[in-house]
Amino acid sequence: MGELKEFFWTFLHTITDVLPIAGIIFGFQFFVIRKKIPHLKRVLTGFFYVVLGLALFLQGLEDALFPIGKMMAAQLTDPAFINQPLFGMSAGLIEGTEAIAQNLEAHWIQYFWVYVFAFTIGFSTTIAEPSLLAVAIKANEVSGGTIGIWGLRISVALGVAFGISLGSWRIVTGLPLHWFIITGYIIVVIQTFYSPKLIIPLAYDSGGVTTSTVTVPIVAALGIGLASHVPGRSELLDGFGLIAFASLFPIISVLAYAQLSEWYGKRKIKEKECSEQL
Amino acid sequence: MKSPVVHFLKTIASSARDLAPIAVVIACFQLFILKQPIPNMDEIVIGSILVVVGLTFFIYGLEMGLFPIGESMAFAFARKGSVFWLLVFAFCLGFGTTVAEPALIAVSKKAARIAAQGGVIETTDMAIKQYAQGLKFTVAFAVGLAATIGVLRIIKGWSIQWIIMGGYVLVVLMTIIAPKEIIGIAYDSGGVTTSTITVPLMTALGIGLASSIKGRNPMLDGFGLIALASLTPIIFVMMYGMLY
Repeated sequence: MGELKEFFWTFLHTITDVLPIAGIIFGFQFFVIRKKIPHLKRVLTGFFYVVLGLALFLQGLEDALFPIGKMMAAQLTDPAFINQPLFGMSAGLIEGTEAIAQNLEAHWIQYFWVYVFAFTIGFSTTIAEPSLLAVAIKANEVSGGTIGIWGLRISVALGVAFGISLGSWRIVTGLPLHWFIITGYIIVVIQTFYSPKLIIPLAYDSGGVTTSTVTVPIVAALGIGLASHVPGRSELLDGFGLIAFASLFPIISVLAYAQLSEWYGKRKIKEKECSEQL
Repeated sequence: MKSPVVHFLKTIASSARDLAPIAVVIACFQLFILKQPIPNMDEIVIGSILVVVGLTFFIYGLEMGLFPIGESMAFAFARKGSVFWLLVFAFCLGFGTTVAEPALIAVSKKAARIAAQGGVIETTDMAIKQYAQGLKFTVAFAVGLAATIGVLRIIKGWSIQWIIMGGYVLVVLMTIIAPKEIIGIAYDSGGVTTSTITVPLMTALGIGLASSIKGRNPMLDGFGLIALASLTPIIFVMMYGMLY
């Protein structure tokens, strides 16, 4: 019964989330365009489904996605788990790590599986992301076929995967977030000068597109969970930033991929010319 | 038009596909690496079903009501209409879609709870709710502004890279003066904002506009709105952190 009551409140709150966009659409339609809305009944039913779906999703997020992210972070950083021998590594390391664990200041290599987990989550969710496929198809058209659809998808997925694992390494080590992000910006700026002009807006957009509604909560919970379980880290100062990594690195990897395919395309033409001369 | 039932089933399949890679990765880690039981398994399974069903209804409803009308309005405003109304519409569209963005609602709530634990705000329910709402509306305002700038850019034909680089410089400057508690949340807010509702409608606005102005390449000028919309929230959330 308590569950139902809770859901009812979430449902009511969700209406206020959807009200602005509904108000804007109807307001512009009535006062600026001054036309009746076609299929009004259909549109209103649609809005009802949006509110219902959003309420269910938010409820499920609290029950499943946030706890999963937190639980994975807790289990992967559990001292009993990280002190297990890694691929039968030397016993000396384990003795050493025990001593370190006693000081509550663990070594970052111990969290090896955290980075692997971050990498696989980043890669698998990005490669399956439908909006990325749409961007890849457009990039293929813009570039006149030099940028392959699969090549782009894999490079974006690798970008996100590398970004999230670097981000979790940052949480473990506690280095300041802005160092990484500002360095990333500098790389993007340098790359922009050397990239094919047509791909630049697309590459910039790919950063925002790759982080989907399901991935964001899990990744956010993973970061916050890591910060609360790794000794010496604060949730507030270190727990955020994983999503920032996940939306910065695809820009770098798309630009890099575009540069590489352009360079490869030019080399092929050169080779062709050379062989024709012979 | 296909039958609604088939369409609904297809939407379920695509929401399940969104969750599938996460489920597979976590199952593999649990079975082969962690080898530990999952606590509250039943609650997590029910929650995951809620996520899939909720996302299905959400997207089904969007495709039924908001997307067709939003897209046709974006095209209509881009074609004729005065520049003034176009800019107002762009702002409102960016603002309204962001307020309803599921990931942003969830993450701003989470951020508010952690800010309360960290002592930035009071730990009362009221203070947490207010902080979360404030955060959400700040981000929405920033996205609205990004849409306005982005539309103006398409009309005037400014190149996107200079605006983005200017934004980067602003982010760096703000990072220096903003309180360090807000920096992580601010940087994340850029990636959180642009997903399910915002991306399709902003893209429709951009491409509609670029294809209706002579001498514009929709491929080149239509993109870039989302990039702006994931940059401005970073700047504005840091401002929010300074004011709070």
